[in-house]
Amino acid sequence: MAFDPKLAEIRFGTGLARRILGPDSVDQMLERLTGPDLIARDYPIETFPAFQKRIIEARETGKAYRQAKNAANAPELAKIHDRVKQDARRAQSYWMLQVLGRRSYTQDGFRERLIAFWTDHFTVIGKGAVMRRVAQPVAETFLRPNMTGHYADLLIAGVTNPGMVNYLDQQFSVGPNAPARAKMPPARGLNENLAREVLELHTLGVDAPYTQKDVRELAELLTGLGIDADGAQVFRENWAEPGSEMVLSQTYGGDPARMDHIRSVLTDLAVHPATARHLSRKLAVHFLGDRPDPAVVEAMERTWRDTRGHLLSVYRAMLTHPNAWTPERVNVKPPFDFISSALRVFAADPKPFKGKPNDVEQRIRKHFLNPLQRMGQPWELPIGPDGWPEQDDAWVTPQGLATRMEWALETPQVLLKGLPDPREFVEMALGPNPPESVRFAAKAAESRAEGIALVLISPAFQRR
Amino acid sequence: MTDWTRRKLLTRSLALGCSAAASPLLTPISLAAGPWDNRLVVIILRGAMDGLDVVQPYGDPAYAAARPNLKGGEAGGGLDLDGYFSLHPALEALMPMWRAGELGFAHAVSTPYRDKRSHFDGQDLLEAGTPDLGPATGRDGWLNRMLQTVPGMRPDLAYAIGHENLLILTGQAPVANWSPDVRLKLSPQGRRLAELVMHDDPAFADAFAEAAQQLDSGDGGMMAVPTGTDMDMAGLSKKGTEGIRQVAAFAGEKLLGDTRIASFSIGGWDTHRFQPGALPRALTQLSDALLVLKSTLGDTWGKTAVVAMTEFGRTVRENGTRGTDHGTGGAMLLAGGAIRGGQVARDWPGLSEAALYQRRDLMPTRDVRAYAGWVMRGLFGLDASVLERTVFPGLDLGPRPSLIL
Repeated sequence: MAFDPKLAEIRFGTGLARRILGPDSVDQMLERLTGPDLIARDYPIETFPAFQKRIIEARETGKAYRQAKNAANAPELAKIHDRVKQDARRAQSYWMLQVLGRRSYTQDGFRERLIAFWTDHFTVIGKGAVMRRVAQPVAETFLRPNMTGHYADLLIAGVTNPGMVNYLDQQFSVGPNAPARAKMPPARGLNENLAREVLELHTLGVDAPYTQKDVRELAELLTGLGIDADGAQVFRENWAEPGSEMVLSQTYGGDPARMDHIRSVLTDLAVHPATARHLSRKLAVHFLGDRPDPAVVEAMERTWRDTRGHLLSVYRAMLTHPNAWTPERVNVKPPFDFISSALRVFAADPKPFKGKPNDVEQRIRKHFLNPLQRMGQPWELPIGPDGWPEQDDAWVTPQGLATRMEWALETPQVLLKGLPDPREFVEMALGPNPPESVRFAAKAAESRAEGIALVLISPAFQRR
Repeated sequence: MTDWTRRKLLTRSLALGCSAAASPLLTPISLAAGPWDNRLVVIILRGAMDGLDVVQPYGDPAYAAARPNLKGGEAGGGLDLDGYFSLHPALEALMPMWRAGELGFAHAVSTPYRDKRSHFDGQDLLEAGTPDLGPATGRDGWLNRMLQTVPGMRPDLAYAIGHENLLILTGQAPVANWSPDVRLKLSPQGRRLAELVMHDDPAFADAFAEAAQQLDSGDGGMMAVPTGTDMDMAGLSKKGTEGIRQVAAFAGEKLLGDTRIASFSIGGWDTHRFQPGALPRALTQLSDALLVLKSTLGDTWGKTAVVAMTEFGRTVRENGTRGTDHGTGGAMLLAGGAIRGGQVARDWPGLSEAALYQRRDLMPTRDVRAYAGWVMRGLFGLDASVLERTVFPGLDLGPRPSLIL
């Protein structure tokens, strides 16, 4: 059980590709990860500051439309406002194609897997016609640059970014004794939403010994954190609960309230032993399967504690552990990874659809968004802040599997000028020594399309 | 035969290369019939349906003033039901059902959920069927708890239909899950080969075997969907969508067989803004679902009860954007031959400001769970104690509603 370039691509990357050689060592994987972000340059995705222009535009056009009310130009203004929302919707599906492009052509697949992991860990489902498209710009700006340093920095960026503040209603939370509350309706007050998820999901984990009182005190400490009308992060001192708060027996805050107090509690939470345990295990489950080898988790957890949550070191602890390289593939690819790894084998055009924007959008919907939804993973729409399930059985359902097969039969034909020979495709997709049954099926299939689909639907392709 | 044995057998027979359809062991007809003959369909209306705009109390003196832009009754084109309530015109295609006594409503109803008016919590409570949200909420749904009381359960007795995991049917009792929009078409050879490549992986082999069986039995519902030329016959709206008709047709097909319970959801009810545009879209889905169910079920419609319920109602007064905000009391819909329709059942609290809940919402005067409980009691002969303790813990069923046969 040792490093293997193909397994590195399959298990820790975005899958095998026809013309891309896998990394030659763990060192090279980590060098690429810490080197320049080449693929992001080739397949750019909008940053959050650029996205803010959409927020501002939506606010202004919406205001103009509402003020016009029954005036003659109201329908015209409504159309302008709708166009802003439509542009954001189209941008969101375009960014999905960019993500697919990155995953198809990168030599640094581990980075793409990590950004998917951390984007899910800090799930943001924006609220509002434009904000609901915010997930990729948030990931690009706040998460992607912070994936190899100390977890504290990633945590602060993941928790305090405007997308998260919007999603978990932090901007409405006001300290019960804050000066600003005096002028608000009596029902206004604390919102525990973000505080609870920080402890339960982002740091300690639900089994850790924290109490409702810790949630409440952290919620009080978070008051003041908000967003302004332009979608920018703000700290409103007069919304903050006066005095200090005690979270996990540590005292934070004090007057005057400052953003630094929030950074301070998050920095401590990032290195808490429960966080080390929770996130080492979560990473291992994500990459190695539902029941990762305890020795690997232990090595990661120890590294987390020893390095105060230095993520690159934690990744190295996982990748250099021999038990991370067991040849048996167990982990089931979620729907998006299934689709993206298939496209990578084909080296398909990352922007396959040309024509009028409306037609392009329809085809993206038909070939990607709708199938993802039917497979149970609608793009950027998990049910809650806990993101997508890691358990394999969530993805092996009758309707999900049938939809994967349906996609594997239909979409490659649409995306490619000609399908490869299924017999050659077996090794392209699965690497050397594919199961004999898959080799046989590829040979015995009635058509190229079915042969290709049979390879993609095989557990040998769907597990990594 | 237990579920496990059936699956294994299916897997094995498929691996041997004989098709599931050809195997006498696997055709539905060889399986025992369900424990009851009546059918229940539960439709979850996600997003909070505005009961006051669907079943419009135009006879209430405070109604018109509360809704200057969302007119009901004659002024808004509403279809008179009983001289006090009118039906939203987008449900016009259901009027024959109403006249036949196969469509009725319960008004001023709600779940026990109060005050926070969150969709997420409200829907959880609606599907959990418990008096309040607690740590156990989300573990199982009330339809599943009902099934747990039935001996000799088989998974195809109840169907959860769609892509989502329906909480209402989640729990220890085995249920079937499928989505009829799966359009997988495989040649017989392709299918045998797919079974071959999955043969050594039990999880994939089992899931594929179940999918194959679904695709065998009625092409996953695809054949039964009235489209195109059939649309006029069924009275379906031209503005309707294919998805919900497929779901309803699939439910109907299953209920014609051994299935006794089906559940699915319809979204689009959260009408904060421009309700005159948004609400008809959702109502068309509901109307189409009922019409397709009825036409698919044929004579079996007479043994069927459909219950459509939502997480809460909406504000009595319209808001500043020609919509309504989250409220409390609302309406639920009952349909089918196994209910006594043609009436709006209610203990009407009135819409004067003093009569409202927190001076803003329709005051609920009965629990939606009592109606659902009485429907199940009527259909399946369940004991009141089972309903009040196991299915809906802590519920007082109260007197039999007039809508129940």
